[in-house]
Amino acid sequence: MATYVVPRPNLTWKEKMYLPAIVAGMMITIKHLKRMLMGQTKVVMQYPEEKWDSRMPEHYRGAPTLVTDDHGRERCVACQLCEFICPPRAITITPEEIPAESKFAKVEKRPKEFEIDMIRCIYCGLCEEVCPEQAIFLRKDYAITGTTRAEMKHDKAKLYELGGVMDGLVHKWNPKK
Amino acid sequence: MDFLTSPDFWFLTGTSLAKTLFLIFLVVLPMVSYTVYAERRVSALIQDRLGPNRTGFPLSLIPGVKNDWSPILGGLGQPVADAVKFLLKEDFVPAHVNKFYFWIAPALSMMPALVTLAAIPFGSTFLGVPMVVANINVGLLFMFAISSVSVYGIVIAGWSSNSKYPFLGGIRSSSQMISYELGMGLSAVPVLLIAGSTSLPQIVEFQIHNGWMLFPFTNPHFHFSQIVLWIPMCIAFVTFTISMFAETNRLPFDLPESETELVAGYHTEYSSMKFALFFLGEYTAMIAGSALIVVLFLGGYHFPGIPNGNGEGGFIPYPHFADGTFWHAVVNAVWGVINITVFFAKVAVLLFVFIWIRWTLPRFRFDQLMKLGWLYLFEIALVNIFLTAGILAFTH
Repeated sequence: MATYVVPRPNLTWKEKMYLPAIVAGMMITIKHLKRMLMGQTKVVMQYPEEKWDSRMPEHYRGAPTLVTDDHGRERCVACQLCEFICPPRAITITPEEIPAESKFAKVEKRPKEFEIDMIRCIYCGLCEEVCPEQAIFLRKDYAITGTTRAEMKHDKAKLYELGGVMDGLVHKWNPKK
Repeated sequence: MDFLTSPDFWFLTGTSLAKTLFLIFLVVLPMVSYTVYAERRVSALIQDRLGPNRTGFPLSLIPGVKNDWSPILGGLGQPVADAVKFLLKEDFVPAHVNKFYFWIAPALSMMPALVTLAAIPFGSTFLGVPMVVANINVGLLFMFAISSVSVYGIVIAGWSSNSKYPFLGGIRSSSQMISYELGMGLSAVPVLLIAGSTSLPQIVEFQIHNGWMLFPFTNPHFHFSQIVLWIPMCIAFVTFTISMFAETNRLPFDLPESETELVAGYHTEYSSMKFALFFLGEYTAMIAGSALIVVLFLGGYHFPGIPNGNGEGGFIPYPHFADGTFWHAVVNAVWGVINITVFFAKVAVLLFVFIWIRWTLPRFRFDQLMKLGWLYLFEIALVNIFLTAGILAFTH
């Protein structure tokens, strides 16, 4: 294949002077400045004032939480599957038996303590996936902060507070369903 | 010696001191800190960002009031926060540096920039006192002489840091200086030829009567033949401004610093207030340089229509009072203040251009700057002198 010599471009005197190019460049930058001042440029979200909250997608994986059903029963039956599947071992469950006089006695088991260490949690969502009772859900809370390690451990009360109520099909305690 | 024995000794000393304190602490240093802020803000706007917009006044939250962010005032407290940060940071001196020169270098880069301000006429008169700290008849030469000393600060900092990147920065600075100083000095000569004086106040006086060097039509008695002199003035302005960018180590000529190549150049090893002094020195030099450009080419404190501090020379109508009365003095004092404001407004515009250019152009390569200084600026300035001299010889 024959070689092809790329001709060097011959600069005009205007290009050699360099000043017109400088002025052209300055016009470009001042245009950007003007557009910013006129508010015509989109800028990043100003975080603490503007938040993602309203724009958060449905499938967002935020902090894991526990939910109660529409009858006020905690859905978790303390099967501990989530505890066992949790890759960083953030979940610790202490099960207990549901006393016979309770309305939900048929369910037999519930967590006495349910702790998720949010320092360890990697928001992978495996707990939600593995839960046979649809009791644990990753909700949209993403700014989980605390000043101590103890504060970062979400206990049962905190988890139910974050999770709230979720309607569902599973009514295990009700013999008619 | 005249000064020491003159009956006005205490008056002159007192006013000089007052002017110095006013210029440095009330004008230049606040201007420096807000130039730094403007630099960050303008660069951000040019790059489609927002820049520092949080630290507003009163610097902290007032309990119960949500005032940590306002789109207008936000960021204006940034210079104060920066200063406090610099003061509180650890002043670390590495073990391998040459201590004496390491300590003296920041001062050497800051002081010349401040000293050059002495010769700048930053206003006409205020209560009869001329607004120039040192009215010396070699003002321009004084400016050039002192401002070229500031390169020692950079060279000594680079050398005493005893580490390779500062050293390269120092070497670059010294060779940069010899390539642009000639062009800078020579491109100011046409102004001297026209004005016939090296005293900066007299150059400004000349421009008030004959139109600004760069805008001769500000002269009320503008006649068309001045256009001929305007051409060499434009050339001188461009070459002088380019040299001034090199003098103040600003992009596109910030070779001693070149943060993308040399870490931080000559001040790599500096921290805390010593680093801040280099920073202040750079921006003070920018202000002094802009002030010199304003004095030489843009008519100093003069603005068409605005009279000077003695109420002379303007054509804006205003109430006249009899000479020596109280209101006469008040009106003239107001004009004096307006003159100072006009001067620093011009300086601020030039500072904006400095910033604007910095965030537009890439850095010149080392040899490109040398070539520019030696092969173009020097020759153009030299030819320009002959051109001006020829025009003057023909027209006068």
